[in-house]
Amino acid sequence: MPRHLMNPLDFTVEETEELLDLAADIEKNPDKYSEVCRGRRLATLFYEPSTRTRLSFEAAMMNLGGKVLGFSSAASSSASKGESVSDTVRVVGCYADIIAMRHPKEGAPYVASLHSKVPVINAGDGGHQHPTQTLADLYTIRTLNGNIRDLTIGLCGDLKFGRTVHSLIEALVRYPGIRFVLISPQELRIPDYIRNDVLEKNNVPYKEMEKIEDAMPDLDILYMTRIQKERFFNEEEYLRMKGYYILTEDMMRLAREHMMVLHPLPRVNEISVDVDQDPRAMYFQQVQNAVYVREALILTLLEIM
Amino acid sequence: MLNISGIREGYVLDHIKAGTALKVYDYLGLKDRGYTVAVIMNVTSNKMGRKDILKIECPLGSIDLDVLGFVDHNITVDIIRDNNIVEKRKLSLPGEVRNVISCHNPRCITTIEQELDQVFYLADEENEVYRCRYCDEKYIK
Repeated sequence: MPRHLMNPLDFTVEETEELLDLAADIEKNPDKYSEVCRGRRLATLFYEPSTRTRLSFEAAMMNLGGKVLGFSSAASSSASKGESVSDTVRVVGCYADIIAMRHPKEGAPYVASLHSKVPVINAGDGGHQHPTQTLADLYTIRTLNGNIRDLTIGLCGDLKFGRTVHSLIEALVRYPGIRFVLISPQELRIPDYIRNDVLEKNNVPYKEMEKIEDAMPDLDILYMTRIQKERFFNEEEYLRMKGYYILTEDMMRLAREHMMVLHPLPRVNEISVDVDQDPRAMYFQQVQNAVYVREALILTLLEIM
Repeated sequence: MLNISGIREGYVLDHIKAGTALKVYDYLGLKDRGYTVAVIMNVTSNKMGRKDILKIECPLGSIDLDVLGFVDHNITVDIIRDNNIVEKRKLSLPGEVRNVISCHNPRCITTIEQELDQVFYLADEENEVYRCRYCDEKYIK
């Protein structure tokens, strides 16, 4: 049975550390890994639009000497003819050695994993999970901070539908000394299952706030998120929420000197472009790190390293 | 006094929360099974004040007791053979419930994927919380 990645918790802390070690080695010695996937194929099955994640997976496989195939929207796949996820994945398993799947329906990659003879990576399923973003976030934090412990982490924006936030919280509560400040409008507060089953169950200290400025002085990391239009059934509700938070350079003056600003991207307007020049803005570094992590993940699931 | 005769083989489900016997009847899928069933509601109970009882005449092994544990694990089950109680069984919360309840999350893959089993796992035993195996949505009874 192949190993899959559906949730960041599918890897133990030790396995995660090994994966991040491998990513660090890939970052330092890219030539060493440039041919290790020669003859291997990655299929990117993206049922909803994505630029970053799909290209990041494809770049990762190409950096390893492998090839890629796939589709980038449901309309250009056999899903438009009514084919089920389980059938699609059985077919694609005949063409590729590993699959990265993004799907608007939550649990679709899990269904794929139940029927696939090759490893399946969840590349984002609705508002549910986005484990490779989490691994990239962990790698960024570890690289910049030296380790993942004793940190106050502010999560800001759409904490209700933001899958990157849910995955990141679940992964971080396994590390010592982590505290959260949850910054969101009332309507987009963290879901109960994260508050009760993850934070409170693990006795992780957290505060909930509405204003970024109130949280800023205490934070080691500020993780901004986008208000995602595609998660709202109601346009009016989306328009009301959009623009609720905009991080500016003025606000950055309230922050600690070493605080880092992360964002899973794409951003709309929640981080003002003037913040990009601030040395604490690390979101483009995060994008680069995600490629190393995805390379490490492909190698791990293919059992090449 | 209401008299209902005993059963030769089957199950007596006692201590069902008053007013919920028909819900239990539905969960067990008895409507489609053709068994003789007595639904007794609002019976006086020392322990519960009021309770419901179901008597089901059926072959032993034909009822999924795990489902009963999910519906209400305070129900007591008397197993009847040859008109006698041969076993009294305590129920517990099952680790998994399959094809009994459906996920209400409109974003869940179960809303579009054909012939997918509806699977819920016990996420929190203390608070009796079940979640969808696919999308982790909480099931609210």
